[in-house]
Amino acid sequence: MSKGVLATEKRGIRELGAEEKVGWDAVPRGVVLESFEKRVENVAHIPPEERPYSDFNSYTATVASWRVIKPVYNRDICIDCQNCWVWCPDTSIISRDKQMLGIDYDHCKGCGVCVEVCPTNPKSLLMFAEAVDNEEALAQWPQKKKKEKK
Amino acid sequence: MAKKFELNEVEVWDGNYAASQALRQAQVDVVAAYPITPSTPIVENYGAYEANGYVDGEFVMVESEHAAMSGCIGAAAAGGRVATATSSQGFALMVETLYQASGMRLPIVLTVVNRALASPLNVRGDHSDMYLGRDAGWIHLDAYNSQEAYDLTLCAFKIGENLDVRLPVMVHQDGFTTSHKAQNVRPLQDEDAYKFVGDYKPVDDMLDFTRPVTHGAQTEEDWHFEHKAKQHKALMDSRAVIDEVFKEFKDLTGREYKRVESYMMDDAEVAMVLLGSSVETAVLAAKELREKEGIKVGIISPRVFRPFPFDLVRDELDRENLKAVVCMDKSAPGGAMGALFNEVAGALTSTKVRPMVTNYIYGLGGRDFSIEEAQRIMREQKAHADAGYITTPIQQFSGVRGPKLGFFETRRGK
Repeated sequence: MSKGVLATEKRGIRELGAEEKVGWDAVPRGVVLESFEKRVENVAHIPPEERPYSDFNSYTATVASWRVIKPVYNRDICIDCQNCWVWCPDTSIISRDKQMLGIDYDHCKGCGVCVEVCPTNPKSLLMFAEAVDNEEALAQWPQKKKKEKK
Repeated sequence: MAKKFELNEVEVWDGNYAASQALRQAQVDVVAAYPITPSTPIVENYGAYEANGYVDGEFVMVESEHAAMSGCIGAAAAGGRVATATSSQGFALMVETLYQASGMRLPIVLTVVNRALASPLNVRGDHSDMYLGRDAGWIHLDAYNSQEAYDLTLCAFKIGENLDVRLPVMVHQDGFTTSHKAQNVRPLQDEDAYKFVGDYKPVDDMLDFTRPVTHGAQTEEDWHFEHKAKQHKALMDSRAVIDEVFKEFKDLTGREYKRVESYMMDDAEVAMVLLGSSVETAVLAAKELREKEGIKVGIISPRVFRPFPFDLVRDELDRENLKAVVCMDKSAPGGAMGALFNEVAGALTSTKVRPMVTNYIYGLGGRDFSIEEAQRIMREQKAHADAGYITTPIQQFSGVRGPKLGFFETRRGK
């Protein structure tokens, strides 16, 4: 699986649980985990790919292996409504300036909520088996459904 | 800026009022509390100080004790000095969060007014709640009277907030016997008390937006054990800090506290080990017995119940002249020997001398523990010493009506 949009040299660089196992004398007091490697100012206004995330932050861990099905994004149909961005429980929809860019496959767990809330016809996000290549998935995209006559 | 509270050199305070005054003088940032007998007046008084301008911090009324300690944990993680009070059923409801507070290394101060646990429902004093919290990873200080409830509450902040400790601290006092008994108390003036406690030093505070941190992380089998080991070491190592704070307090006030208090132990042939206000009863009983009957009785009490003073208990009991030790537990033992018996007997497994150790369950639900009853038990210890073996069952009950209750016989020297 490719890393997808806005992947940095820190995003998802280690499998969760593959950390170096240090002893009791080296674990942080009170299990207090620092998010960043250094002090930050107005961090909410810095895009994630530019933040100095520490090894304790889930940004640097990947959980891609947890996923068996994945959402695939079709830019040609998307209307940038941001519904998927709002609903994604793992902030794995990447959007900049209200333009949908794609999926963070390091952190997406394949829950399918984004597909469920996508309002376009056909949908701009669809679930495929993890093993299916994204190009292949886009080639199989369904046609627009016609309104049924009442 | 909080107003100064005018205090006389000697005030007449009960244990609850003494504890509330210490909380006020420490200028706690957040008190989140829910009232319960017999500790209600602590937070009630504190609320009055807050309403009348004697406190700068916040008083948060919550819907339960679970919420009270949860609020304290949040406020402490945010970076404030935090305290609350509870008893009995409220303490029981807090238990889940007590473990969170210690594991997260938040130096919250909890003033506990000891009371029995239901069922049957009972509002009187015993040590059921203290024992329920003994493995929760907190430091436990034990006050025998109002003065000590005041003194130890001030010390609690200074011990828990020490950067080498960073652990929550409970200050125990006996329900009604201490909490509602007015006695002479010599308080410090506000500025002296605050100077002793010192400014709060935030650590890993969530309100530091330049260094965002995660509090309350989850760990599984690959990390949990290391964190608990580190926490246990901090609790064990706090013994040196407790000694240092007690010394500073003595330098300031002349009042001396030790992790283990001992009375008349130098030449003691028999000893009684106990906690709380009963220590004062036992000391009076022992003095009288020494004068009238020549029985050499000594008393020891773990002033600091956790970290258990294994070192000092052993020092006190490892004496050639000491023949019999009785451990008095004021909590229903739930199918075991009392906790104090087990702790003390454990400490005695590595001493040169090996006195006989017995256990009494006493004072449950506020049953009075009289000087006469203390002396009866002390005479019984003397009988063990003279016979050279334990002449009664190892565990007995003191002051309960009905046929005599006892469990287990000795296998030594009979």
